[in-house]
Amino acid sequence: MSARITLAVAGRVLTQVRRDHRTLAMLLVVPCVLISLLWWMFDDLPGDLFDRFGPGLLAMFPFIVMFLVTSVTTLRERGSGTLERLLTMPMGRLDFLLGYALAFGLLAAVQAALAVGVSVGLLGLDVNGPVWLLGVVAVVDAVLGTALGLLVSAFATTEFQAVQFMPAFVLPQILLCGLFVPRDAMPGVLEAISNVLPLSYAVDAMQELVGSADQAEVWRDVLVVAVFALAALGLGAATLRRRTP
Amino acid sequence: MGGGPATFGGQEMWLDHRATGLTHPRPRSTIQRMMKNVVEVRDLVVVRGSREVLPGISLDVQAGVTGLLGPSGCGKTTLMRCLVGAQQVRSGTVEVLGEPAGSAPLRTRVGYVTQAASVYDDLTVAENLRFFARVLGVDPASVDEAIGSVDLSSYRDQVVSRLSGGQRSRVSLAVALLGQPDLLVLDEPTVGLDPVLRRDLWQLFHRIADAGAAVLVSSHVMDEAERCHRLLLMREGQIIADGPPDEIRERTGAADIEQAFLHLVEATS
Repeated sequence: MSARITLAVAGRVLTQVRRDHRTLAMLLVVPCVLISLLWWMFDDLPGDLFDRFGPGLLAMFPFIVMFLVTSVTTLRERGSGTLERLLTMPMGRLDFLLGYALAFGLLAAVQAALAVGVSVGLLGLDVNGPVWLLGVVAVVDAVLGTALGLLVSAFATTEFQAVQFMPAFVLPQILLCGLFVPRDAMPGVLEAISNVLPLSYAVDAMQELVGSADQAEVWRDVLVVAVFALAALGLGAATLRRRTP
Repeated sequence: MGGGPATFGGQEMWLDHRATGLTHPRPRSTIQRMMKNVVEVRDLVVVRGSREVLPGISLDVQAGVTGLLGPSGCGKTTLMRCLVGAQQVRSGTVEVLGEPAGSAPLRTRVGYVTQAASVYDDLTVAENLRFFARVLGVDPASVDEAIGSVDLSSYRDQVVSRLSGGQRSRVSLAVALLGQPDLLVLDEPTVGLDPVLRRDLWQLFHRIADAGAAVLVSSHVMDEAERCHRLLLMREGQIIADGPPDEIRERTGAADIEQAFLHLVEATS
């Protein structure tokens, strides 16, 4: 492992994103627009529905977006031969993965700062815990999305397939994360499944911050998400092989 | 030397190199000449899917420009992937510069160009080179040098996706030149290029070889044979001839390497 190479990868990925103005704009603007849409939709209804659903959405953006962006970019690396070339160079597998995680983690931090800023500053989302902790949850969440994206890109041979992994991998997690039906009210089997899906913990952390704001509980959730992300990075590293058949 | 097609002055270049190479040996080339082989492949077996692509091949590559010639699908790319350590191998040994192919000490000493231009389309020429230079840990100053040697200096700040196919493959070649590797493995670097560009690239390969490196160039175009110091003719995963172009022609009594190839194939079947 080498810090020089990890930083080189992260810098290169960020340069690529910066060059792609449309992607950059979508990464930063779309979450703000969607969270505003959610607020507007609930605006005339009684109760604090925005406070209930808003945090879940804030947890989902970084996860979904980074999952998609990473699975497509790494698939491109595999297809164009740049990955093969890098692996004939002094590039460690972890250098490659951590470089990506670092770049997309940084992007997620900016994305989260904007989305949280809009939610709390403009739309009046009530946050009882520290607001910066929302950012921490978002970044860990983004790293999880990146790690899973890297992992699934090994099992896709075309960009079409990579995009199909989104409904296969991500939608079930959204359905079961406790946003639509509280997790303890689900049928036992589904609750058990929900308990082993990382997004459940990310959404929990966000809801905790908005609700009772038990910081110990939030950090426990963040830890669970981080462990999932590390496990996915480890599995992703196993799919990066210097020698291929 | 008679009989060979006058392919863009390849033969003259070969003679030039001989002359300069012998009278002004540089330190690095002396070291390389003392070493017997840059590449040693012994009984290499590679199976891809259910097909035995390399059924037990043995060969050596020395300093200078070596051409690996053979029809598409004969195993050239697989062999080259073995040399850079990108290919799973069933049995046999591959040694490069005295080390097992693909081992850590070789990763900055071997330059590799795949058939597809393995560079980032959405970065500029200079950004691509700077990135790979950082990965290799070579001096950033070598970036401009590498861009200059493939004659892309006026395109250094262009995004690669806006370049022509030939320019893109030259960007890929420039990456392989970073850090002055001791072995360059080039998989069909001249395919689809115009004659002027092809001539320029072959001149570049010879300049690199003159500086002491070994250059292994694959091609399925037989008329590129005359531009090499030494040829490895390959068919169905086997080397069917090995030697300088004129020697192969003489031995087979053929007018050119294409004829020699046909002659050898008919003789073995």
